[in-house]
Amino acid sequence: MRGNAADLELRRPASLEEALELLAQDPELKVLAGGTELLVRHEDGSLGPARLLDLSALKELKQIRRVGDELEIGAGVCYADIQAHPDVIARLPLLVQAAEQTGARAIQERGTLGGNVANASPAADSVPVLLALGVGLLLRSRTAERRLPLDEFFLDYRRTALRPDELITALRLPLTPPPLQYFRKVGTRRAQAISKVALAAAGRWTARGLECRVALASVAPVPLRCRELEAFLAVEAGRGDWKERAARQLMDGLRPIDDIRSTAAYRRQVAGNLLLAFLRRAEAGRPGQDGR
Amino acid sequence: MRVELEPLPAVLDLRQAMAEERADVHPLGPVVKEIRIAKGDPEPVWSRAAHVVEDEVESGAQEQLYIEPQGMIAWAGPEFVTVTGSLQCPYYVQHGLCAVFGLPAEQVRVIQAVTGGGFGGKEEYPTVLAVHAALLALKAGRPVKMVYDRAEDLAATPKRHPSRTLSRAAFDHDGRLLALDVDFNLDAGAYVTLTPVVLSRGALHAAGPYRCDHVRVRARAWATNTPPHGAFRGFGAPQSCLAIERLLDKAAAQLGLDPAELRLRNLLQSGDTTATGQVMREEIDLTGLVETALELSDYRCLRAEFARANAVAGPEDPRRGVGLAVFLHGAGFTGSGEKRLASRAGLELDGQGVVQVLAASTEIGQGAATVFQQITCGALGVTHEQVRVAQPDTAHVPDSGPTVASRTTMVVGGLVERAALALRAALVADGLAADADPAAVARALRERGRSHGGERWIESYQQPDWVVWDEENYRGDAYPTFAWAAYVAQLAVDPLTGETRVEEFTAVQDIGRVVNPLLAAGQIEGGVAQGIGFALLEDVRWQAGRMANNRLSTYIIPTALDLPRIRAHFRETPAGYGPAGAKGVGELPLDGTAPAVLAALDQALGARLARVPALPEQILPLLTPEATHA
Amino acid sequence: MPEPVVLRVTLNGEPRELSCLPGERLLDLLRGLGLTGVKEGCGEGECGACAVLLDGRLVNSCLVSALQADGATLLTIEGAGQDRELAAVQAAFAERGGVQCGICTPGMVLAAGALLKRSAQPAEEEIRRALAGNLCRCTGYVRVVDSVLAAAERLGPPDPSAQE
Repeated sequence: MRGNAADLELRRPASLEEALELLAQDPELKVLAGGTELLVRHEDGSLGPARLLDLSALKELKQIRRVGDELEIGAGVCYADIQAHPDVIARLPLLVQAAEQTGARAIQERGTLGGNVANASPAADSVPVLLALGVGLLLRSRTAERRLPLDEFFLDYRRTALRPDELITALRLPLTPPPLQYFRKVGTRRAQAISKVALAAAGRWTARGLECRVALASVAPVPLRCRELEAFLAVEAGRGDWKERAARQLMDGLRPIDDIRSTAAYRRQVAGNLLLAFLRRAEAGRPGQDGR
Repeated sequence: MRVELEPLPAVLDLRQAMAEERADVHPLGPVVKEIRIAKGDPEPVWSRAAHVVEDEVESGAQEQLYIEPQGMIAWAGPEFVTVTGSLQCPYYVQHGLCAVFGLPAEQVRVIQAVTGGGFGGKEEYPTVLAVHAALLALKAGRPVKMVYDRAEDLAATPKRHPSRTLSRAAFDHDGRLLALDVDFNLDAGAYVTLTPVVLSRGALHAAGPYRCDHVRVRARAWATNTPPHGAFRGFGAPQSCLAIERLLDKAAAQLGLDPAELRLRNLLQSGDTTATGQVMREEIDLTGLVETALELSDYRCLRAEFARANAVAGPEDPRRGVGLAVFLHGAGFTGSGEKRLASRAGLELDGQGVVQVLAASTEIGQGAATVFQQITCGALGVTHEQVRVAQPDTAHVPDSGPTVASRTTMVVGGLVERAALALRAALVADGLAADADPAAVARALRERGRSHGGERWIESYQQPDWVVWDEENYRGDAYPTFAWAAYVAQLAVDPLTGETRVEEFTAVQDIGRVVNPLLAAGQIEGGVAQGIGFALLEDVRWQAGRMANNRLSTYIIPTALDLPRIRAHFRETPAGYGPAGAKGVGELPLDGTAPAVLAALDQALGARLARVPALPEQILPLLTPEATHA
Repeated sequence: MPEPVVLRVTLNGEPRELSCLPGERLLDLLRGLGLTGVKEGCGEGECGACAVLLDGRLVNSCLVSALQADGATLLTIEGAGQDRELAAVQAAFAERGGVQCGICTPGMVLAAGALLKRSAQPAEEEIRRALAGNLCRCTGYVRVVDSVLAAAERLGPPDPSAQE
């Protein structure tokens, strides 16, 4: 234990209003959601003295509800509750997978979707799935509320579009995502692992090609949405050796790093292999194909 | 005062140490310990043999990763030091404190606290921590508690020695092993810890359980500038067993034989001699052991089935493999070690007739306390309520030696049994009927306790006189007895990611009489789990001589989801010389697990890996078709 | 320096008022009360040795600030005997060799008990997944898994009257 309990000031508001008010008064407050990241940094000493705004008492952030053709998941909903929710199970199997593969049970009981997004780790487990599904973030400050596509949230390494006086209050996910879906997390082991690479994709066939979103974790300074690849697939999918060309294009464009968990070469190769796995499934699921 | 520091280039790993042979790394030179074993003369064999196979194998540092980090509490004054903490060997700690504080043993007291795992990692280091805590306590004039956090523990404490083994074997046309040459090297780190002893055990296991008339083993421990390496369950043998088994697998491929068949042609038999010239007096049935493992695992069928399936596997179909390792583990201390230790252990009868087992051998999760109680109950003929195991406290228990080397049941258990039999004989002399039931024995104990409360029955270890060991030349009886084993791993590799999943693991062993089947199986299962970690996951990453991945999020050990249902099976030949023929068990599973896993990977990949851990980063390139290579 | 605060919790069945620093770890608070069955193996939520049940949920107490437990019901291994599932798991661990050194056992028992409360008859894979955040270095998990299977069998199917 390198951190000192006396270095932490902790505010625990009872309502969202109160939380936003505190944040407006003191934008230096660091937001504490499930604590599975921030309190690790406290333990290893890298957080240092800090004033924390604890959201764990805010019931407003812990709801899952339908809003039109979207599912609204409160930013404070933990992974355990996500994987148990009937709408998530029925409509968003990729999110169930991501939630089940984040940490292990004790982490899933604390870690929140809002925290995972706000923390902006390039290795975040749920974020590739959220990017692939096309998620909208609801952001609130004391004075304003806005909706931002998750695509536009990550600016640079651990830097986001969240303003100092804003909180992520909820995520909006499509209740009817596209039919072709794939998620694979490759971690340091089968559970309780940080990802070496993760890939999520969701899409559908159109008259021209494969319209999809593809997102990756742990291959760039930010969770990565692969727009060039998506553009390629939108017109080239189904033509000749399109799958191999797509994988080549993806791998050529990636600049992952060597670090304590894996190597750049491994990450690039696995990203290509996982993309091929998705594309093979997509090809098998193409209308008029016999699946071979 | 003015200090000028000039940084010198450091030696940071074994390859560099062996390449540069720098004299300035350690006062003893680049090699801090060297051992040679010689049997027959391999030299003339190389040129006339039908096949000569050469191999090179490396292994990384492995961390014990007991879940409870090191911790110690000390009280100290000018005339005394008392410590209690998480430790394996109370008298080692006492010895270290006596040396540092210049106090006689009577003034230094060491009490083992309940200890959350050790695996060798609490053999040496607790002495260091005890000294630190006691010095602080002396200076402060107050008790001092020191508990390492995980990062401190990982950064500071000794790990399994990294190894590099270069070996060569000669075979005749029928695959019979004619000659063997092993160059076994360990990375000692910056200081000499238990390294010479680890090197010795590694060297003594380097020829495996195979008959061979001409053997050379050259074992060297090299100094480097990293934190020192030390004791970890298996103690040098996992590294050398890995090397000989890799060599045999390579030979099988070169000779066009199934790896199991090659081994069956070369197994040691009763009456054979080992590399040190030790005659195998005890009954050995290695062939039966190997056949049992092959049958229980369905090795031969799987081998054929996987060969067929791998040949036609699609891009996402798992590549499967099955692999065998055959190995041995010398029970107890090497050579004259037990003689030098002259361990003492026994019993005390209290005023109420309750018997206390007195031993410095510690319970660290392996079941020592249960086994001592069980042995005592068995020999006395009483139920467990009548027997307690004393807390290891140097003020109260005799020195039964360290809790290491798979010696606790066999050696110390034997002393406890003799003490219990002596007490029983005393009860019989008091008038107890020879066929008395447990209640009658308990009554006799209560009666004797009333008159003889505090009476002790202490036995001292006597090495059997047929154990003859020449330390100078490494000839003779290296161990009084050996445990034998044949392990089969079955696994699948994901061609998308290079991840390996061990799907089945069959561990068949002969550890003599199995004193407590539940505990013995627990020892095997836990050891195999650590072995699978050693083979596939656990990799200490060094940066400038420091452990870079010193967190549990970066040093990766297996979770419940990473391991198969490990199946332990015992073939009992009561040839051990512990209680009723028991041998040691604790370290054995570490020796053979990694080679079985690597052998299975050979089949799954159709390619050889020569280093553990075999990580996905090394495996994936072997599986990836050229077309999509980065 | 932050001021100490008073928490109101139900701890192992007893209502308690506890003084603590707001940023103090729940782990340290509980151990300070003598509840040393809460073990620290890593301090970063990786090993599960410090697990407790917070409002019935399995959490790593090293990653919970004391103030976050205000108003909560807490159960540590010391209170396990009062709980139907946990007591059954404890007994099974003792009988079947699920315990070796014991340092991971409190967290293991709580994780297994929490599993049996939400899934009364889990399959082996489900048990392994539920225990994956509780690292054990002694057992190879074989007898741990067997203990949980045995406890589930002894408890039988869920009692319908106990369902919400």
